[in-house]
Amino acid sequence: MIEVQNLTKHYGPITAIRDVSFRVAPGEIVGFLGPNGAGKSTTMRILACFMPASGGSAKVAGYDVFAESLEVRRRIGYLPESVPLYTDLRVAPYLEFVAETKGVPRSDRKKRVAEAMERCRIADVQNRLIGKLSKGYRQRVGLAQAIVSDPAVLILDEPTIGLDPKQITEIRELIKSLAGDHTVILSTHILPEVSMVCSSVVIIAQGPIDSLVEQFFPTARVEVEIAAPSPAAVRDALRVIPGVVAVSDLPGSDGIGRYVVESSRGRDVRGEVFQLAAQQRWDLRELRRIGMTLEEVFLHVVAGEQTRAEEST
Amino acid sequence: MKIWPIFKKEMRLYFTSPVAWVIIAVFLFLAGLMFYAAVGYYTRASMQAQMNPMGGGLNVNDGILRPLFSNFFIILLLMMPLVTMRLFAEEQRSGTLELLLTYPVRDGAVLLGKFFAAVTLYTVMIALTLLYPVMLWYFAPIEWGMVLTGYMGLLMLGMTYIAVGVFASSLTENQIVAALVSFGVLLTFWLVGWLSDLADPMVARLLQHLSLPEHNDSFAKGVFETKDVIFYVNFTLVALFLALRSLEARRWKG
Repeated sequence: MIEVQNLTKHYGPITAIRDVSFRVAPGEIVGFLGPNGAGKSTTMRILACFMPASGGSAKVAGYDVFAESLEVRRRIGYLPESVPLYTDLRVAPYLEFVAETKGVPRSDRKKRVAEAMERCRIADVQNRLIGKLSKGYRQRVGLAQAIVSDPAVLILDEPTIGLDPKQITEIRELIKSLAGDHTVILSTHILPEVSMVCSSVVIIAQGPIDSLVEQFFPTARVEVEIAAPSPAAVRDALRVIPGVVAVSDLPGSDGIGRYVVESSRGRDVRGEVFQLAAQQRWDLRELRRIGMTLEEVFLHVVAGEQTRAEEST
Repeated sequence: MKIWPIFKKEMRLYFTSPVAWVIIAVFLFLAGLMFYAAVGYYTRASMQAQMNPMGGGLNVNDGILRPLFSNFFIILLLMMPLVTMRLFAEEQRSGTLELLLTYPVRDGAVLLGKFFAAVTLYTVMIALTLLYPVMLWYFAPIEWGMVLTGYMGLLMLGMTYIAVGVFASSLTENQIVAALVSFGVLLTFWLVGWLSDLADPMVARLLQHLSLPEHNDSFAKGVFETKDVIFYVNFTLVALFLALRSLEARRWKG
């Protein structure tokens, strides 16, 4: 349904995204993950035909977002992160305007608007001015405007931001209910949200995957469990192995003798650790290289995002 | 072309916010003062003319409506930039343009929807002043053909004001900047007529030709002059074309 190839976008000297590639199958719900400023919104804006890419190509429903933008726009519903709405309009007339502009036939219009309002639970505020609504209601009006024309593809930029926990659950249920008939892309930095709602994940971060791995794991790491009379001696001995840059206790394992040995990237110190233990007659109970799988990177990216978000609130 | 939904939305926005009501009220208040003054001067002049055996030749078309209309040009020159400034600038500032431009509507339709909404508001404003010739008609014979061409001239001039305003608004997200730019552009095309007196004959003709109020004389005199209609229509189209380009640039610029 969505095909993105080597998408690149520069704002003047700044590169917002570089070589983003992914594809989304019809009916899928895809989560966009990445730290702030990684280019989630930029990618979505390009997919929604709001602005052109500097390089690469993107296709939605088989149409190119640049060359056949009108065809793409007939098939998408888009909700920008800032939820821009006309504050001087009332909810129902606003949704009717959206439905009409998006080409919903006159005979269906009232029904679709009512349906969208019901799905997003905003029917009770349909005669209120949008400007007078609370943040949660506005968010849902924004969502209603995206789904009112029943588009094949939904592009939702942080659809649950600024909502209270109950509303978040409702919106997630709503998005989940859209799967199957609709292809949904949503960006978020909440890890549980991804696992709860999405069927697959696209990670967007500054730079290619290798550098992403390097960014979060600048060193090669080995997990070691050694039983020895003096943990301090073990630590010192490990530290002098050539190439080792740091030795630390594995978090939460004080006294058990589990360590993380970090060495410069590309160097495997497992042999030396084994030799050392044999020489010193310490019990080497475990020796394991810590993997640098994408999953772990992902967990790191997201966990980092989350702690940062918590710190800022 | 989905001009209609955009047009309806803009009309709603004009009238659910106080903008349209305030503009209409202020315009009618000022226009009313001017009408009162014009009638006052005219009565005084006609009383003097009665004393004077050589007097006469006065009529309400030339004595009241023509000066009144040229006064309108000035208030509208000040007010129309305020009517048009929000059309694109506000949507850019609030971000709603981002949504609007991702709807399946051509940029041209968005532009025309907004343009016609402003033209409609303008038409309502000037149509309400039709009350003045009707009142005069009660007291004095009136040449309705001349009134008609006068209003057509007013409408044509207003369309150029609005087109320039729409263009200015498409350039910026700041409404004050939009209003100032359109006011500056319009006033420039107003002033070139004065400058023409100082320039050498060839340039003077050109400047005179570019002057906005110059082309309204024929309408005010009751003449429907094709070249003046063409001037206003072209002026409007050029401004709208520039606005369209500035909108489309958004889709191209990297």
